[in-house]
Amino acid sequence: MKFGVVQFPGSCDHRDALAAAQRVADAELLWHGDHSLNGVDAMIVPGGFSYGDYLRVGAIARFSPLMESVIAFANEGGPVLGICNGFQVLCEAHLLQGALLPNTSLRFVCRQVDIEVVGDSQWSRAGETLSIPVKHTTGRYFAPDLDPAQVVFRYAPGQNPNGSQDDIAGVRNEAGNVVGLMPHPEHAVDALTGSADGLHLFESVLRERVG
Amino acid sequence: MRARVLIRPKEGILDPQGIAVERALPALGFSGVENVHVGRLVELDVEDESQLDSMCQKLLANPLIEDYEILK
Repeated sequence: MKFGVVQFPGSCDHRDALAAAQRVADAELLWHGDHSLNGVDAMIVPGGFSYGDYLRVGAIARFSPLMESVIAFANEGGPVLGICNGFQVLCEAHLLQGALLPNTSLRFVCRQVDIEVVGDSQWSRAGETLSIPVKHTTGRYFAPDLDPAQVVFRYAPGQNPNGSQDDIAGVRNEAGNVVGLMPHPEHAVDALTGSADGLHLFESVLRERVG
Repeated sequence: MRARVLIRPKEGILDPQGIAVERALPALGFSGVENVHVGRLVELDVEDESQLDSMCQKLLANPLIEDYEILK
């Protein structure tokens, strides 16, 4: 099993995503300007400031050559996870519904939050609560027509850091292979830094693929 | 031709930037200001103005959260 991690100009969490994925399987970085996914089994679109977040978060990254391949991979049922800026990119690419708006506070927030896993997907098993950090300025999820069955992660009561609709922290597509979330599971993979709960996402897709 | 595209938050979507500006103005002595919204302006030279709407739909604006207006 091998994960691929996209690197855009302006990505900053691709190394952590790579290291997190390597805790459970093989993983490699894939450059945004290439076309091939090199036969990976799952794709991660990481956090950062792709293309400087110019114009609108995720808007330009969505059209990079590799993203065309990621979109095709997702449409064939391949597992794709978007984290923070990666979530914004997947929304702009219409792989996930909705959009991310500036935090109600207009401030950058960086803190550990509890998120409740409320939906099953290739990247999640409903029923647990994960302690994972958030760090973003544009994380207020908005999707007026979202099917509630597609909500995968919710901020625990009282912990919504950005004013997102219905405390939504992450969603999936209808098929459940594409998931995006604002919190950073790749920053919570070792008890030494406070929590290893983030590994659950990577392990979940591994279970799906390898059994 | 020179075109300008005005992009603003869709009506009904919370616009914290607009609220922040609206609250800042009275502090400077400007009263009677309401309904402030902050958007952005894209200026561009285009050969084929019939493409402008498609440009807005695909890239310049996100129609889910933003309204746009093309000024020629």
